[in-house]
Amino acid sequence: MKQLKTVRLLQNKISFLLDVNASKKLTIISIIALLVFFLSASFGDSFINPLKVMQTIILQGSDFDQLIIVDFRLPRIFIAAFAGMALAVAGAVLQGLIKNPLASPDIIGISAGGGAAVVGFLAIFSDSNHSLTVSIEWLPLAGFIGATLVALIVYLFAWKDGVTPTRLVLIGIGVSAFMQAITTMLMIIGPIYQASEANKWITGSVKSADWNQVQIIVPIIIILLLLTVFIIRQLNVQELGDDTALSLGQTVQKTRFFLLLLSASLVACAISFAGAIGFVGLMAPHIARRIVGPTFGVLIPTSAAIGALLVMVADIIGRTAFSPLEVPAGVFTAAIGAPYFIYLLLRNPRK
Amino acid sequence: MIFKNSSSKSIALIVGTFLLLICMGISIVYGYANTSIQTTIESFTQFNHSNEHIIIQNVRIPRALIATCVGASLAITGVLMQTLTKNPLASPGILGINTGAGFAVVFAMIFFHISSLQSLAWVAFLGAGIAALSVYGISSSGRDAVTPVKITLAGAAISALFASFTQGLLATNEAELEQVLFWLAGSVQGRKLEILISVLPYLVIGWIAALLISSKMNILALGDDIARGLGLPLGLMKLTVGIIVIFLAGSSVAIAGPIGFVGIVVPHFARKFVGTDHRWLIPMAALLGGILLLIADVAARYIIMPQEVPVGVMTAMIGTPFFIYLARKGGKK
Repeated sequence: MKQLKTVRLLQNKISFLLDVNASKKLTIISIIALLVFFLSASFGDSFINPLKVMQTIILQGSDFDQLIIVDFRLPRIFIAAFAGMALAVAGAVLQGLIKNPLASPDIIGISAGGGAAVVGFLAIFSDSNHSLTVSIEWLPLAGFIGATLVALIVYLFAWKDGVTPTRLVLIGIGVSAFMQAITTMLMIIGPIYQASEANKWITGSVKSADWNQVQIIVPIIIILLLLTVFIIRQLNVQELGDDTALSLGQTVQKTRFFLLLLSASLVACAISFAGAIGFVGLMAPHIARRIVGPTFGVLIPTSAAIGALLVMVADIIGRTAFSPLEVPAGVFTAAIGAPYFIYLLLRNPRK
Repeated sequence: MIFKNSSSKSIALIVGTFLLLICMGISIVYGYANTSIQTTIESFTQFNHSNEHIIIQNVRIPRALIATCVGASLAITGVLMQTLTKNPLASPGILGINTGAGFAVVFAMIFFHISSLQSLAWVAFLGAGIAALSVYGISSSGRDAVTPVKITLAGAAISALFASFTQGLLATNEAELEQVLFWLAGSVQGRKLEILISVLPYLVIGWIAALLISSKMNILALGDDIARGLGLPLGLMKLTVGIIVIFLAGSSVAIAGPIGFVGIVVPHFARKFVGTDHRWLIPMAALLGGILLLIADVAARYIIMPQEVPVGVMTAMIGTPFFIYLARKGGKK
């Protein structure tokens, strides 16, 4: 059974129970994720020997390898890994919050809000020649604002003497449909170039990643992930139901709002540069739960590792399978994720 | 319910029919090309090959007929699905059936270059069927009963799934994007009469079948246990309803693309008018569905003239506030 070990740090200022078994599994998954991280620098238009990759990373390789690996491949791997982590953790938090394994940022409208904002941005800041009047570098910001705004709107509409998970989901689905309608409309009104640009973003791709983006997004995501780790035990309490949580002294509505906000910001960060990569937020927590069980303490880091793994693998496939044509990573997360997800639901009658 | 006895309900249906005809008239007369009632009548009595007459005969009339048929079909599917799942939020749009059919059609267009509408209709049926089965399968798995939230979530998940498939196909086949995009938003613009005629048989079968089973639907609405006790063959009944839904929703998607929210909004209004007796509810919903889609379509022409908004976007704009209202009304669960 579960082996639990008490860990005390800093003269008992920090203490927690460590599930030994789950921690072992988590370590293994993290190592696999790290391996994939380095291996994925080998794959692409041209295959580069992993040893050479290592050499290049510690600045000992040829200039050409340096260019390919450090300037082209590493940034997108970084973005893929961190976007995957953020989406997976956001999904795990949402599923705990809504107490339903089908909840995910794609379904309650957060991603759709980002999509609508991106298309809106492309439509508003184009001149009559269909070229952008402001730098395309503002596009991620639009996605970020859209995603958080829509999360807030959903929360507001779901408020009626407090927010219940059920209402949050239903309203999210409605708002999501509305956002998609707006997106489609803007795509149709604008020129086809815009539509295809927007469609790429909505599908989700890490193709255009560069070091600037990595510098912006990685610290923010790390901070948010740390915050999540600290607040996450509240979610264990919420799982017991509102009444129990209240009597245990939790301010249920405040915590709920904060968790939703956290989840929305994680999604917003992830999709701002990587686009609305689908199904990671749905799938990663499921896989993680099967491996380490439903306690959020271990579930969150495991989900993060699996999320990173999923997006990195999807990106590798997207880069190599149809080379020289690049297929957006989002296509593969959906293509791998969706059938697996259906299989999970059909095979496992206990939901 | 506003109309209580049979005679007033009949009058309501007749008034509804008149309103529908008036809306069709409005849809034929008004639009971007400057036409009047007079030119419209002339185009029937003395057709003179002028632009206006050609527009009215070849563009506006098919469009009005298609909007009517699609609106009515979607509204009927909404009624059937809401009774079948006992979920006030059920509709082909929310439960992923439209997206399923939509994905199947895009897939067939891109990979098999199918363009004949007859075949596309069957492809759409197939997609709608797969989506309906998956939603039903997912929501009825698990130990606890099939709750409205479970069905809605399963539908949303399936819908997201097919939407991302479609998205992926389009991201990799950019050339097709432009052709498919307008259709994907749900639109009745630029469809020829032949398109309607080629799927009309399925629609008519669906309408008649829906009317024929309407008294049985009343029994189904009482709940599974009572229905079984009254001798209703439940499995067969549910299968029939499922097939009708697939026929009607599939054909609608094949003609006009996935148009959302008609199936969800209209049944609620129809119930306000004639109550929950399906023998009145189904025809009333059909009339109101036609009227709603016609009005939405006319509005879609004027809102950003000279361009057009796809009618699916219009119905989403009308429908979302209503959906949110319904979800909030659901009370504290």
